Amino acid sequence: MSTPRPSNPAQPPMSGKVVVRHNRHEVESVQNSLDAAMSAAGFSKASLFAVRLAFQEAIANAFNHGHKGLPHDTSATVEFSVTQRNVTIAVEDQGPGFQADAVADCTLDENLEIPRGRGVMLIRNYMSEVRYNAKGNRIEMVYIKPAPAP
Amino acid sequence: MPSADSRLRVRKQDAVVRVEFIDRNILDEANIQLISDEISRIIDQETSPKLLISFANVDHLSSAALGALITINNKVRNKSGQLRLASIDPQIYEVFVITRLNKLFQIHESPEDALKSFA
Repeated sequence: MSTPRPSNPAQPPMSGKVVVRHNRHEVESVQNSLDAAMSAAGFSKASLFAVRLAFQEAIANAFNHGHKGLPHDTSATVEFSVTQRNVTIAVEDQGPGFQADAVADCTLDENLEIPRGRGVMLIRNYMSEVRYNAKGNRIEMVYIKPAPAP
Repeated sequence: MPSADSRLRVRKQDAVVRVEFIDRNILDEANIQLISDEISRIIDQETSPKLLISFANVDHLSSAALGALITINNKVRNKSGQLRLASIDPQIYEVFVITRLNKLFQIHESPEDALKSFA
């Protein structure tokens, strides 16, 4: 039997896979884990803001659009991994999937007053890489730590 | 009249209804719906609403919150009213810029500036 390495209580988990239901407390719990891991890895407040926004939009899309018509307690799965250089997050829902490219461009003048459709755009703006699986029910996002200002 | 579980601070200053958020994060859809409903009731009570929404305490908001603001803006305009936003944190202001909603809303640095702008 191997001896477990002593755990450092100050060091939060830097990766994880969590099943989340459409519940503010469960989403906040994952958010707090992400925040803690990013802070431990030396990410700035601006980076935390960016990743928090993208994560919140992705999980909202999973529950509100991905799971539309499914029971309210249908869960989504969140995987995250934080290193000194980047943050990778995947959110997978159990819905039939959607095509992100089909979302109308909300920045066009004629669409500015439409209340919905900005989540995907914000994710693309704040994250370094964004990809979907072929089915369209899983988003993977990577945030690369910006180089320090010279 | 705000209810006991209101997520807003509301007060009337002259003809202007000033609204502030209690929560630092405006992310949760259910919460946003409550906020939106409460502001809609305020608009319904006014003949020609002059509404000032301050974001002084707000650290985060989601696209759902932006959507609620657009709906509020449409309601205010339908009653020939005026909506002003103020005290938006620079990081959040960037969200308005990315979505070009800084073109749709009248955004002021401070509530005082916003108050002066009402016709």
